Amino acid sequence: MSNQLTTDPSKSAQRMRAGSMTMTLMPWILAAGALMLMPFIFTSSSALTIMNQMWITVIFALAYNMLLGQGGMLSFGHAVYAGVGGFACMHIMNASDFFASFPLPVLPVFGGIFGAGLAMIVGSFSTRSAGTVFAMISLGVGELIAASSVIIVAFFGGEEGISGDRTYAMPFFGNEFLQQINVYYLTSFWVLLSAALMYLWSRTPVGRMANAVRDNPERAEFLGYSARWVRYYSFVASGFFAGIAGGLFAINYEIVTEENLNTASSGVILLVTFLGGVGFFFGPIIGAIVFTLVQTVLSLQTELWAFYAGSLFLATVMFFPGGLAGLLMMHVPVFKLGKAKLLIEPYFKTLLPAAIGILGLCALVEMTFHFRHATKGDNEMTLFWTTFDSHTVLPWLIALAVTAVGLAIAKRTAPALKEAWSDANSAGEVS
Amino acid sequence: MSVPALELTGLTKSFGHAKIIRGIDLSIGKAERHAIIGPNGAGKSTLFNLITARFAPTKGTVKLHGEDVIGLQPYQINRKGLSRSFQITNIFPAMTVFENVRCALLWSQGYKYSFWNLVNNSRRLTEGADAILDQINLLERRNLPAGTLSYAEQRALEIGITIAGGADVIMLDEPTAGMSHSETDYITDLIMKVTEGKTLIMVEHDMGVVFGLADRISVLVYGEIIATGKPADVRADPKVQEAYLGAALEAEH
Ligand SMILES: Nc1ncnc2c1ncn2[C@@H]1O[C@H](COP(=O)(O)OP(=O)(O)O)[C@@H](O)[C@H]1O
Ligand SMILES: [Mg+2]
Repeated sequence: MSNQLTTDPSKSAQRMRAGSMTMTLMPWILAAGALMLMPFIFTSSSALTIMNQMWITVIFALAYNMLLGQGGMLSFGHAVYAGVGGFACMHIMNASDFFASFPLPVLPVFGGIFGAGLAMIVGSFSTRSAGTVFAMISLGVGELIAASSVIIVAFFGGEEGISGDRTYAMPFFGNEFLQQINVYYLTSFWVLLSAALMYLWSRTPVGRMANAVRDNPERAEFLGYSARWVRYYSFVASGFFAGIAGGLFAINYEIVTEENLNTASSGVILLVTFLGGVGFFFGPIIGAIVFTLVQTVLSLQTELWAFYAGSLFLATVMFFPGGLAGLLMMHVPVFKLGKAKLLIEPYFKTLLPAAIGILGLCALVEMTFHFRHATKGDNEMTLFWTTFDSHTVLPWLIALAVTAVGLAIAKRTAPALKEAWSDANSAGEVS
Repeated sequence: MSVPALELTGLTKSFGHAKIIRGIDLSIGKAERHAIIGPNGAGKSTLFNLITARFAPTKGTVKLHGEDVIGLQPYQINRKGLSRSFQITNIFPAMTVFENVRCALLWSQGYKYSFWNLVNNSRRLTEGADAILDQINLLERRNLPAGTLSYAEQRALEIGITIAGGADVIMLDEPTAGMSHSETDYITDLIMKVTEGKTLIMVEHDMGVVFGLADRISVLVYGEIIATGKPADVRADPKVQEAYLGAALEAEH
């Protein structure tokens, strides 16, 4: 104590600053390490494809959250900025002389420039207000540009889209990006850089004012800031990073089609971002990872993956409006109070039966689907590593029983969990 | 004579057929503390809204330091050195107290819409915001979301973000409304302290505050100024006695 008093206060402030420096740098260093090591853990080529898709979605979702979470602008048409960035990159790939004049890792910058350019045009009239007007304009512009894709065939390539070959770029230290792993590291580099830049953006004057305008545009105006211009800059920046994501898509798949910019894609990114949580910077990252896993891994297991993704989204919106990130961050106070231990047992007692019950429910859904849609005579189905006849009663009874028992136990133990939760969140001694 | 800080001529505002402000002429000098009093619904807040471009006037002009500001946007008027608070607390409730004040400093410190500066790296911003927090006695609440403050603290924050940008014309709309005696004293002292040397225009119901603080008073009744002058003269004016003050002063006792 006395020791602390005698040390030079400016030094301790310095130490604190240095401490907070490593605190802020730490997640980025860890992320970089994880990105580097992932291919050594998940070595298959399909795993690389999935991860690339994940990182692209991460960039897109973070860009989207610059609007939704940080700027309070709900867009129903943000895929067009990614899509147009992707198309622009495909055309550059096909402009062989130009494409050969720079290495492939630079290409996404052009996607960013085109995304930002389109956002400059659209933003000039859409950012005048937030709220419903903004949402409707975004929807209208989204539909308009998606519809243009069959009209302006020269740019959008009609129904086939535009394809190209990434290997025609100038070799990058002798690398022509023939292999998936090369593209993986290119994508990883961009996800790290984009995420860092978007994070820094949120710490700049215009990024801070984006939050202020989101919360209270009128007050911001009386502090010298035009709410409209603050939105505009956020919008253009968001368009830029969406375009980067589009460019990476072009590099990964070497084809970009109308699907990249239609309203369905715009809806997906809204879903991903919301699922992850709009209130925290890292929310969309979680959302992108979870959603991509559902979309890729689960879609290999079941045709009904979109149904489960939708249910997950609904459950999040209804029970955890803060998204998965909000759910995680809810636990920070508990850890700060050192009471996380209190939660282990109740979580186990409630969440495990709930999970089993939900799996039972999924089994019922799958069996119904099989019963209704399998070709006649094909009564056999495999679920959870068990093969059975979906036209007999026993499997139905088992699934029903598992569902009912699981959910009933969860319901029984839920009040205890609730109590444990409030105990864990109160500063006093446990009664 | 020097140019007045604020000069209103023939200012009129109608909402549909309802004439709310009926031709106001008023000149407020530099560094003057001017109180606007009047019964509820007289149009005091509306007058503030006209001056600060929250509403466009139906007729008339507003001159800030001799310059016509009609047709400008609120943010443009703010940049010319006029800042206001609101009758109904108008802050950024989800952001921290510190962040509220820092946002109020950004434009005046020249950061504009820049995205090449990091706010945390600016010592001038941090120290400036902390100095304001110190002035309004909210340093201890620095890192709390503004929405969790008590009513009086939120009002203090409202004043803090109004003065933070260093505007030389400060307009406060009922800063002590809904406060206890001790809170009113606290806010009054605060206003005295932070508006030192600035032009202050204030709507206020508490006559103790008004007569203690104001150099001049205007009485607004039904959208018209029925008297303007030194506190003692206004208090003695029979028209004012009849229309407003008699009742208001009695209510004080
Ligand atoms: N936006 C508006 N539209 C229509 N009438 C309004 C509007 N704002 C204020 N008024 C009316 O103007 C009158 C004066 O209101 P206000 O300026 O708030 O009074 P004060 O602040 O003096 O109590 C009230 O009768 C109110 O109903
Ligand atoms: Mg009022």
